[in-house]
Amino acid sequence: MNFEDEPVPGYPLPILPGHTSPGRFERVLRAGQFAVTSELAPPDSADPEDVYRRSRIFHGYVDAINATDGSGANCHMSSLAVCALLTRVGYAPVMQISCRDKNPIAIQGDILGGAALGVCNILCLTGDGVQAGDHPQALPVFDLDSISLLTTARTLRDEHRFLSGRKLTYAPRVLLGAAENPFTPPLQWRAQRLAKKVAAGAQFIQTQYCYDVPRLKLFMRQVEDLGLLDKVFILVGVGPLRSAKAAEWMRTHVPGLHIPDQVIERMAGAADGAREGRNLCIDLVQEIRAVPGVSGIHLMAYRQEDSVAEIIDRSGVLGGRVPWYPGRDPELNTNRKAS
Amino acid sequence: MYAVRQWSVRHAGGLNAFYHRFEAVLTTLHPLWKLLGYRRLERPVAAIEKSVKGLLFDCRMCGQCILSSTGMSCPMNCPKNLRNGPCGGVRADGHCEVLPEMKCVWAQAIAGSERMPGGADALSKVQVAIDRRLQGRSSWLRVARERAGDSG
Repeated sequence: MNFEDEPVPGYPLPILPGHTSPGRFERVLRAGQFAVTSELAPPDSADPEDVYRRSRIFHGYVDAINATDGSGANCHMSSLAVCALLTRVGYAPVMQISCRDKNPIAIQGDILGGAALGVCNILCLTGDGVQAGDHPQALPVFDLDSISLLTTARTLRDEHRFLSGRKLTYAPRVLLGAAENPFTPPLQWRAQRLAKKVAAGAQFIQTQYCYDVPRLKLFMRQVEDLGLLDKVFILVGVGPLRSAKAAEWMRTHVPGLHIPDQVIERMAGAADGAREGRNLCIDLVQEIRAVPGVSGIHLMAYRQEDSVAEIIDRSGVLGGRVPWYPGRDPELNTNRKAS
Repeated sequence: MYAVRQWSVRHAGGLNAFYHRFEAVLTTLHPLWKLLGYRRLERPVAAIEKSVKGLLFDCRMCGQCILSSTGMSCPMNCPKNLRNGPCGGVRADGHCEVLPEMKCVWAQAIAGSERMPGGADALSKVQVAIDRRLQGRSSWLRVARERAGDSG
């Protein structure tokens, strides 16, 4: 799929009426395409090639790549730096910002800096507690939470000012997102929490891993009843399980991750766990795609990133569409550069 | 104390009704507080507030109390200081992801709100970011002054 005004890498698209960012990801969502995003695990390295190697496996399969921000409270290359590397060659990154490590001075600076470097999408997260990661001695900042982070980013973008009131000379043009977990208690309040995030400025949502489609359907009905479906794009989190044992370990040790018994049983009954994990993921993607109101999937294949292509191909979720990637349209890029 | 904190959530309706009467009295007495001097009152009142709310809610004296919007469950007991609702890490049994022995402060807040008139609406109000300068200061005096229309 091409937009008429597709850019050369690093060039922003014109901002269409009703859009808030010059980004390709917002274009795809607002065009009503079923979107696919994935996430890049930032390297424990200062070598840019480690980032580019990890991004190449997504070529032609994803509309945006999330750059995680110290996920699990473990230290890696910063999300801002990963995004800066990705935008250099034209990728559409989603810059994740966690409230755990930075105060509002640092966070607002990163939002401006990210936008200046070509970041068009920001995912506002509270973040995991420091106890979860490899630096439990660090100070958990949490001056903001995901919702006050959303209002902060929206203030920068729409009111052209810092929280202090000081004016910006050029506001960040960004699409704002947030996370939601429809699968963990308090279940009856999860749609309300989504409403709160939308009220605070969320335009898209990426959910926690979904292994329970009936519960997702229930959540989506509540979201619809609250009148939110035309205000926010919901991308449902999916990911391949590696084995029944791994699934059992994950549901015991990863807080907020809900895996029903039937899923564990299906994995346990398979001869090749990893293969069954991919098959299960494909089945889930197809079921989720049919749920009314879902705008896309967010495929998180941690340490199984090479399975992303197979899952997307075999599920047919892109419907023949080939998302842009660096080098997809060489003649187009050459022409544009010449003109 | 954890057990007392749980009791307070179970009695959120009564505590909320009591607080609103108390706040009205505090506001009415604004001229008296002004006469005595808000600055002079700050330390003794903050000390009383800390002991009362510390006992009932495990209050952390953030200085910008929102207990009436959180079902009488103090959000500063959340290890992430969340002031706008639960995170996505709540365990299947409704306990905290960081402190597994503790019930999620926000699951409690939702339960408490159901016992308060207008509690659900109060929960959906978007709370602004915390102001660290108010840490240790009296919310009671600040509210009395603000309600009386005195910006200080």
